[in-house]
Amino acid sequence: MKQSTRRCLALLFVLPMALTGTTAFAAELVVSAASSLTNAFRDVARAYEAAHPETHVVLNFASSDTLMRQIVQGAPVDVFASADQAAMDQAQAQGMLAAGTRADFAANQLVLVLPASSAAHVDSLKDLLGARFKRVAWGNPASVPAGRYAQRVLERAGLANALQPRAVLAQNVRQCLDYVSRDEMDAGFVYATDAALARDRVRVALRLDSPTPITYPIAIVADTAHASDAESFRQFVLSADGQTVLAKYGFLKPP
Amino acid sequence: MSPDIWQPLLLSLKVALWATGLNLLLGVASAFALSRWRSRLGNLLDAVFTLPLVLPPTVLGYYLLVLLGRRGAFGAWLEHWGINPVFTWQGAVIASTLAAFPLVHKAARAAFENVDAQLQSAARVLGLSHPAVFFRVSLPLASRGIVAGALLAFARALGEFGATLMIAGNLPGRTQTLSVAIYSAIEAGDEAGAATLVVVASLTCIAVLLLAGRLTRGHAPQRVA
Repeated sequence: MKQSTRRCLALLFVLPMALTGTTAFAAELVVSAASSLTNAFRDVARAYEAAHPETHVVLNFASSDTLMRQIVQGAPVDVFASADQAAMDQAQAQGMLAAGTRADFAANQLVLVLPASSAAHVDSLKDLLGARFKRVAWGNPASVPAGRYAQRVLERAGLANALQPRAVLAQNVRQCLDYVSRDEMDAGFVYATDAALARDRVRVALRLDSPTPITYPIAIVADTAHASDAESFRQFVLSADGQTVLAKYGFLKPP
Repeated sequence: MSPDIWQPLLLSLKVALWATGLNLLLGVASAFALSRWRSRLGNLLDAVFTLPLVLPPTVLGYYLLVLLGRRGAFGAWLEHWGINPVFTWQGAVIASTLAAFPLVHKAARAAFENVDAQLQSAARVLGLSHPAVFFRVSLPLASRGIVAGALLAFARALGEFGATLMIAGNLPGRTQTLSVAIYSAIEAGDEAGAATLVVVASLTCIAVLLLAGRLTRGHAPQRVA
């Protein structure tokens, strides 16, 4: 018994070690991309690898702010794709971007979504003041870019104060989408790409023009050891092929 | 699209086992030292050792990143030796170890303080050296508490997310642990995949804790009536 348990313990340690070795590729490109790009960039990376079989793209998804902090602290990242200009601005201010490589590669749109089961009819944002809308969700403007866009749109419509008592502020845009798709909220503000992911659970009631365009910047990290691969990946994202993949996930062309 | 389960599972096991092993060494040492060294400074240290439980994991991860990143003071020194824990599984071990450390330290300290001082004195009088007293009297008598702390630490390490995502990143097959894979599946809108991973993580934790309970049952000293 004693020996067998010891063997069992040893196996428990050794097995994970043995099985998690990594395959070596000729060139490995680490791309840090905002988590809202998860599906789109997985596809982009697959398409890129198909065209460049010598390169392996390693995707690192997290919030744009987390990715920016990792890069600023010297994490080995080659390309940064942010969902938000502010995070890219900070990386640039810290001198982390290769000069002349920053470009907008996609745009998004803010939409008002209702639960799929909702019978409400919405013609304009003013309709949110109706008795039917008891709770409306958007991202916390202090920390969620989508929430900042929603706040600005509501302020421009002169509704921000009137809606405040009904507001539920979400910690990220996906949480906001989740609230609405579970019928916990009567309406919510999310990106068009999020709404497209939950097509069967939410209904897009309004497409909104944001006072500031919602654009996604990409850039090469100054410290990269794979400058030419990084540039070729960046070019691919901006190319017609890359844009086709992004469009499939509801991203728009940058203005 | 169902996410790959084996890689995150094995990686999580590897990271959690390493973190538990390291914490057994670190936590037992710190607990034993502080159970002996009773002073204001000792109490202050004890409080400081509890901080990983208080701070949000992302904050913990951020400071780890600042400390160990290439641009950090300590990280620059490590880089000099060719070591960069950022975006590696070892980075995940560091994050999990730190997050779970208070659980071993606290449990072990309470266990050491519950050991009857007279037994240790008797062992000294009977001629055992200090290390021998520690290994043959104090440690065996405290082992129940230590094991309980270690099991909690394992569970905590297996679930670690915030600090891990910060310092180890989310590189599939390399630093994507179960918790991070669940986050990625949710972000991708893949709720079925996320649910699968949640079941795997839960079953793994239950299985390992049950196994550990069985393995350690026979080893703890029996209470004498």
